[in-house]
Amino acid sequence: MARSAVSITRKAASFVTSSALALPLMAMAAPGARAVGMPQLDFANPLVTGQVIWGGVIFLVLYLLLSRSALPKVEKVLATRRLTIENDLDIAHRAKAHADTAVNDLHQARRSAMAEAQANVEKVVEDARLAALRQTQEMNARLAEDIRQAEARVAAARAQALGSLRQIADETAQALVHQVSGASVPGDVLASRVNDAATAHGF
Amino acid sequence: MAAGSTIDALGQFELHPMLGGLGQSLHFSQSPVMMIVASILVLAFLYVGMRPAAVVPGRLQAAAEICYDFIYNMAVDTIGPEGRAFFPFVFTLFFFILAGNYLGLLPFSFAFTSHVAVTLALALLVFVLSVIVSLKAQGAKFFAHFMPAGAPVALAPLLVPIEILSFLSRPVSLSIRLFANMVAGHVMLEMFAAFTIMLAGLGLVGDVLAVGPVAINIALMALELLVGALQAYVFAILTCIYLREAVAH
Repeated sequence: MARSAVSITRKAASFVTSSALALPLMAMAAPGARAVGMPQLDFANPLVTGQVIWGGVIFLVLYLLLSRSALPKVEKVLATRRLTIENDLDIAHRAKAHADTAVNDLHQARRSAMAEAQANVEKVVEDARLAALRQTQEMNARLAEDIRQAEARVAAARAQALGSLRQIADETAQALVHQVSGASVPGDVLASRVNDAATAHGF
Repeated sequence: MAAGSTIDALGQFELHPMLGGLGQSLHFSQSPVMMIVASILVLAFLYVGMRPAAVVPGRLQAAAEICYDFIYNMAVDTIGPEGRAFFPFVFTLFFFILAGNYLGLLPFSFAFTSHVAVTLALALLVFVLSVIVSLKAQGAKFFAHFMPAGAPVALAPLLVPIEILSFLSRPVSLSIRLFANMVAGHVMLEMFAAFTIMLAGLGLVGDVLAVGPVAINIALMALELLVGALQAYVFAILTCIYLREAVAH
């Protein structure tokens, strides 16, 4: 686009130049042109040529002031801005990287904390289960022991009761005989009969 | 100035000595005064504009930075990386001419770019600079450019003089383009202003008709604002193009 603009500009410029060239030439060709013509072409006037010297000095001073002082000032401000923006972007990128790292750390910590908590929960549950199992086993063992002892006591009581049953049967049979017949049966006979009866009834 | 029925459209380009006898002896006319004013304005624009040196610029600072970037990009895009070295020169040239063109539009002012001596001096400065840069960058190869590459050697007697003439016409076209544009603009402004005064002397009908040239002058002023910027741009971009050809191998 710049190229085409330049080419158009050059074409336009050459057209203007060709037409413009005619202007001063005509002015110079006109009789008495110096007197009534273009003051710009009055090169005998020292003020016209003096412009060149003054212009040269002024242009040089302007160039020196611009190139040494004014333009570096602008360049400095632009460079400072570029640097500031780059630094700010750099800081922002670093901050973002830090934030990303922090978020990752957080997620990592959260994951490990969850895993740890899960492990703890499982351990506690397992411990509780084992404790409950142990307690149950202990209780079962204690109860079994109690049952065993109770059964032993019952058996002992039963044996004792069965042991004294013969004596009670002997005494009851003695009393019954005595009540019924008024006689007294010898103890060994009675015991033998009671024993027979008991055996007959399955005692 | 309108003097009777004649219009002195060229009188505005006459130079007058300033500061009395001292100006006469130093050949110091209103033209160098306007050059100094233009230079001060350009410098003030940059110094005042860049004084805040803010990271987020205000209006004037932004304007100064845009001007800087505009010329910097023009120099570097056209000339290439070597353009950085010529940037201050192109900047000075552009704004010296621009300020001169625009200052000339103010009433009671003077456009120093309407003097061919000034524009020719500037064009010769550009021309001599480009020749020096060419010789420095390309050495003797610079002269090979006067014989177009690939052209039959038999045509050399014809082509070489044409190329040399074309090369030598650069400062002429560069200077006369700017000079002629400025002169034409100011002559037209003066002519239509004179028409207004002449018509106003014709009574009521003339007063009404005189509005026409005033309206045209307003339009011409807008045109001159465009031409002033365009000519400064053309001068600067052609300088860049000549310098690019100078640094190109």
